[in-house]
Amino acid sequence: MKMSLGRRFFYAFGAPLLAAIIALVVATIVMLISGSNPIEGFGDMAENATRLETIIDMLNRATPLYISAVAAAIGFRMNLFNIGVEGQYLLAAFFAASVGGSVTLPAPLHIALVLITAVVIGASYSGVAGLLKVTRGVNEVISTIMLNGIAISGILVWLVRAWADDSGASNNIGSRVVPESGRIPDLNGAVEVFTREISKGRRLTGVLLIAAAVGLGYHVLINRTRFGYDLRASGWNPFAAQVGGVPPRKMIFLAMVFSGGIAGLVGMVEILSTKFKYDQSFVQGLGFSGIGVALLGRNHPGGMVFAALLFALLDVSSGVLQISGSASREIVIIIQGVILLAAVVAYEIVRRIRERDEARLTAEAMRSDSKDAASSASSDLASA
Amino acid sequence: MTMMDAAPAAMQPENNDRAAITGLSAAMAKWNALPAWLRWGLSAAIGVLVLATVQTVTGDTDRLTASSASESMLRWSIPVLLAGLGGLFSERAGVVNIGLEGMMILGTWFGAWGAFNWGPWGGIMAGLIGGALGGLLHAVATVSFGVDHIVSGVAINILAPGIARYLSDQVFTGYTGGSITQSPRVESAGLLTMPFLAGGKIGEWKSPDWLGDIAAWDIFFLSDMAGFTRGLFSALSYFSIIALAMVPLSAWVLWRTRFGLRLRVCGEEPSAGESLGVNIYAYKYAGVIISGALAGLAGAFIVIELTSIYREGQTNGRGFIGLAALIFGNWRPSGILVGALLFAYPEALSLRDLDGTASSALRLVIVIGLMAVLARSVMNARRADAVIAGVLAAGMTLWYVTASTVPDWFPDILPFALVLLVLLFNSQRLRMPKADGLPYRRGS
Amino acid sequence: MAAIELRGITKRFPGVVANDNVNLTVLAGEIHAICGENGAGKSTLMKILYGIQAPDEGEMLVHGTTVQLKSPADAIDLGIGMVHQHFKLADYLTVLENVILGSEPKKSFGRIDFAAARARFDEVTEAYGLHVDPDEIVENLEVGERQRVEIIKVLYRGANILILDEPTAVLVPQEVEGLFQSMRELQSQGTTILFIDHKLDEVLEISDQITVLRQGRTVATVTPAEVTAGDLAELMVGSELPSPETAQSTVTATVALELDDVTVFDADERPVVKNVSVRVHKGEILGIAGVEGNGQGELVERIVGLLPGTGRVLLEGDDIGAWSVRRRRESGIGYVPQDRHREGLLLEAPLWENAALGHQTKAPYASRFFIDRSGSRAQTETIQSEFDVRTPSIDVAAHALSGGNQQKLIIGREMSANPKVLLAAHPTRGIDVGAQAAVWSDIRRARAAGLATLLISADLDELIGLSDRIVVMFRGELVATLDPATLTPRVLGEYMTGGRLSS
Repeated sequence: MKMSLGRRFFYAFGAPLLAAIIALVVATIVMLISGSNPIEGFGDMAENATRLETIIDMLNRATPLYISAVAAAIGFRMNLFNIGVEGQYLLAAFFAASVGGSVTLPAPLHIALVLITAVVIGASYSGVAGLLKVTRGVNEVISTIMLNGIAISGILVWLVRAWADDSGASNNIGSRVVPESGRIPDLNGAVEVFTREISKGRRLTGVLLIAAAVGLGYHVLINRTRFGYDLRASGWNPFAAQVGGVPPRKMIFLAMVFSGGIAGLVGMVEILSTKFKYDQSFVQGLGFSGIGVALLGRNHPGGMVFAALLFALLDVSSGVLQISGSASREIVIIIQGVILLAAVVAYEIVRRIRERDEARLTAEAMRSDSKDAASSASSDLASA
Repeated sequence: MTMMDAAPAAMQPENNDRAAITGLSAAMAKWNALPAWLRWGLSAAIGVLVLATVQTVTGDTDRLTASSASESMLRWSIPVLLAGLGGLFSERAGVVNIGLEGMMILGTWFGAWGAFNWGPWGGIMAGLIGGALGGLLHAVATVSFGVDHIVSGVAINILAPGIARYLSDQVFTGYTGGSITQSPRVESAGLLTMPFLAGGKIGEWKSPDWLGDIAAWDIFFLSDMAGFTRGLFSALSYFSIIALAMVPLSAWVLWRTRFGLRLRVCGEEPSAGESLGVNIYAYKYAGVIISGALAGLAGAFIVIELTSIYREGQTNGRGFIGLAALIFGNWRPSGILVGALLFAYPEALSLRDLDGTASSALRLVIVIGLMAVLARSVMNARRADAVIAGVLAAGMTLWYVTASTVPDWFPDILPFALVLLVLLFNSQRLRMPKADGLPYRRGS
Repeated sequence: MAAIELRGITKRFPGVVANDNVNLTVLAGEIHAICGENGAGKSTLMKILYGIQAPDEGEMLVHGTTVQLKSPADAIDLGIGMVHQHFKLADYLTVLENVILGSEPKKSFGRIDFAAARARFDEVTEAYGLHVDPDEIVENLEVGERQRVEIIKVLYRGANILILDEPTAVLVPQEVEGLFQSMRELQSQGTTILFIDHKLDEVLEISDQITVLRQGRTVATVTPAEVTAGDLAELMVGSELPSPETAQSTVTATVALELDDVTVFDADERPVVKNVSVRVHKGEILGIAGVEGNGQGELVERIVGLLPGTGRVLLEGDDIGAWSVRRRRESGIGYVPQDRHREGLLLEAPLWENAALGHQTKAPYASRFFIDRSGSRAQTETIQSEFDVRTPSIDVAAHALSGGNQQKLIIGREMSANPKVLLAAHPTRGIDVGAQAAVWSDIRRARAAGLATLLISADLDELIGLSDRIVVMFRGELVATLDPATLTPRVLGEYMTGGRLSS
């Protein structure tokens, strides 16, 4: 399609750029109102962002965000809203840690066992919601949220107590600890080939590779497989998809299961490379943040990478603001929220513009061909 | 709320052939012919009877029908009630509002801030406005820009806590007891205990406590009814009274005013309204903004009446439970009230139930409830429903028999589990507004 | 005195003249019918009468005064009320609420004065003999009653000229009788009624005058006394019918598709297809004639597997009743749905992904688990050239194409999959003449290669020109089997409109 480069750029990046600008404006206004200096605040964040350690932190933070986003995105592509990523990943993390902590296997197998456990648990728990929807018509938004509550306030409370690891002396009850063979080595060595030595004890998690694999797998699944075709078709037009042979109920169930399976991997950074167990201080909230990243990245494998990096960078930047005191660290949460909301609105606007343009450009390109083209478009009008 | 939700309906192999079991269906018909208030009253009485029976059977608790239980139940149901009513206005106008949780969070923050500065009533107003602003945001995104309703709701749920935290950092950290996650203490709007019925005061004179006396006589069912009813009139906050008044008020607005009729058309068949000159966009906006305001009130209630403080994470999913109450109540105010009470009861019970016996006995109550569902399914010849109800009842009974206590997290998850149970059996009988969740553009 | 007079009304759309110098005179207090085929210009004319569209030329007079309607509100002010074919009623609201919506009588505090509303409601229903329970939920009403609500809606607002758009399209015979009684009652109260109808027996029964439109022009205005149903049918379709092909018949004796006593029920459990039995052979095009809404759509959906029902469906001898939609498609049932936007295309997806829809489990579009991108693209380009789909590239989103090119794509993708049976529902609806000719020639080519086609169409040119055999569906039943070479428009029209009920 002979679109100008400028137009193509606008379609792809116009919305997120617009959203980012709006967020910056809002943040500036908020900072001014609260007596902070926006220039200082942004300056501190920008300067901090170039430090190697910050970049490592950002990548570490982006890894689970990205996986969580992919999990949500699988459902979103089909207009299914798996808000249960939160409960799924926490449950999966506990089981993965417990299973991983109770055996010793050669390293690759051990890690694989932990990962597989996580995926299976996440998939099963999500499958419950899928089953409820397919057989009883229970709306998945509510059922996944309820299941989250049951998992977090009930199941996990019980599990942590019942299968707690008593060997530690601390107050922090948790699961068994995954031994050495089940831990993923960090990537510092690989990074340091290109850069200076990484200081301050930062370690780039090896789970980054898993996240990359997840992203690649997502891309292949959605864009290259028959299943992915069926999924996207159901999201575009469920009626036409059904006429085209896509079995609606099976798709819903499978999409939920796949989504939950990926969700299970969200906690792997902590289980495999930082904490090696599940306990009361296990990171929470990644499920919901992941949904935001998916929305910002428009469920696109590459777009979500940028979105995850952006959110991660903002998260990490809040620390430097705390230290420098140039602005309240909570401003980053506001930026994140505003970007998200502005982005979804902007995407809608750009989509409408694009549709209008495409129709017009195609008609123009055809006008040279024959009169039929013009009359065909309008005979549609007359019989409406 | 997408086309996907329609799929299972086609799956029902059994049709709605009502069983020709003469006695039961004749009784059902007579039941449905009674006036609404009588039906609700009798249902409540039956409920108390069940509770009383279970108490007698288990013998180790009297808290199920205690005045304290119903008092707490009523109080703790208010946030879910208000959220559910918020969802009602939005969905009746055709807009799904998942963002109720976020709007409630705004309500908690603004409620605390308002109460701190201007007293409880200031907090109520501020919470209302804070929630309404959230509603406005949702309306702009969904109605004017056509963003998917759920996406917009989710975005607001992510944005709201961030705003609350930031504002807390700006405002509350300066005061004693304040931090980025909580506010200083605030006061409640004042409590009322009904004279005569519950021994409240008139001026300085303490009136007799008739219901309390009857409750003390310890007569089966009669005392239970008295105690339970008494609780509904004790320590009733003025805020609660306002919230409860919203139930008939909402019904009146939606079904007896021009505004309400036009709003409902937006959620049912916007093209019908459009063809008769109704400004669909305007009414959708109104519905969503009112929705946010009510959610904001819910948040303000939590702060002002329940906890006397703003604390991060207070809402604890109540926005979503409100949505569940909405669905349970079949998109009608009275149903939402029943749902809210139902979902709040376990939590309320557990507040005073330090030894866990009441929560334990609650399991039997659930079994009885499941058997009632079983009976209804059998009567309507819905095999799948009956099987599920039967299996769950059996499982719960087994658990009751084998374990004499329940874990302490059991009441925490009961609201969530109850929602699932309710939706499990009711999702196909419900009638949501026909155009709920559908995008609308003029001329379509 | 004429209630409505149209003089020289002309309306053009780019490339098409919908109404060409239409003249119409409707006398006050008369029941005036407008007849014409699909595409004759009736709906455009109605839109002009109700203020939804403005004419390019000509004038409109209401009760002797020239008017220019800018919107339906203007029409309503003049006392014109329109009852749409597709009811605009809120199913879950009551009759009364639907009627008063937008014009609710009010009391203080914004309350609706239900007493006043009811009084006016009763006034209208009594005066015109239209009886409906105002407190009943619309969903529970029979179709005929819902129509009465629509009529009450316009009368409530003071209409004395009623326009009814295909009012009997959704009614069963008894309900039609009820409608006619109401119409006579309305007439006796001085209301003028203008209605569009296909069914010639009905038109002859109820109208005082009949105007026939064909291809945008008024062909004749007659009274029932002067004409028979056959005459009307001839006026509607023209006395010249396309002569069918005299080429060699390619019909074989092998049965590709057989329907045995097939019945399909709708959501209200009324049978919309009743005991249909028919066979389609290889190399044959079987045309199903009939006015839309007589069960053709549901019959096809049953064959594809979207609707359940009773009776057997056999594909080359195999009973496919239990097969999923996917399996039926994979086994060689090609389907060109009647609503291409809703059922046939993924409008936001690029063309080459649309080409795979319905065939995404087989080569060249896919292999085992994966979509074969290059294969799909190559196939799409083949479709593009063979079926003349005009587009700058195969990466364009489907919504950017014109209707004709979209349809050509759909036909192309179905034919290229070498189906055993092709179900084509209104395949050339809403597309330009050039594309139409292309589609026809594609279907003929495929027939010659042995394809069995079930063709549903309301376009008689298409039916007669393509079919080897024509069956007529009326109210869900097959009422006739006709030979295109020997049928006359009169006979075909009579079967289609119920004027003649058995073959």
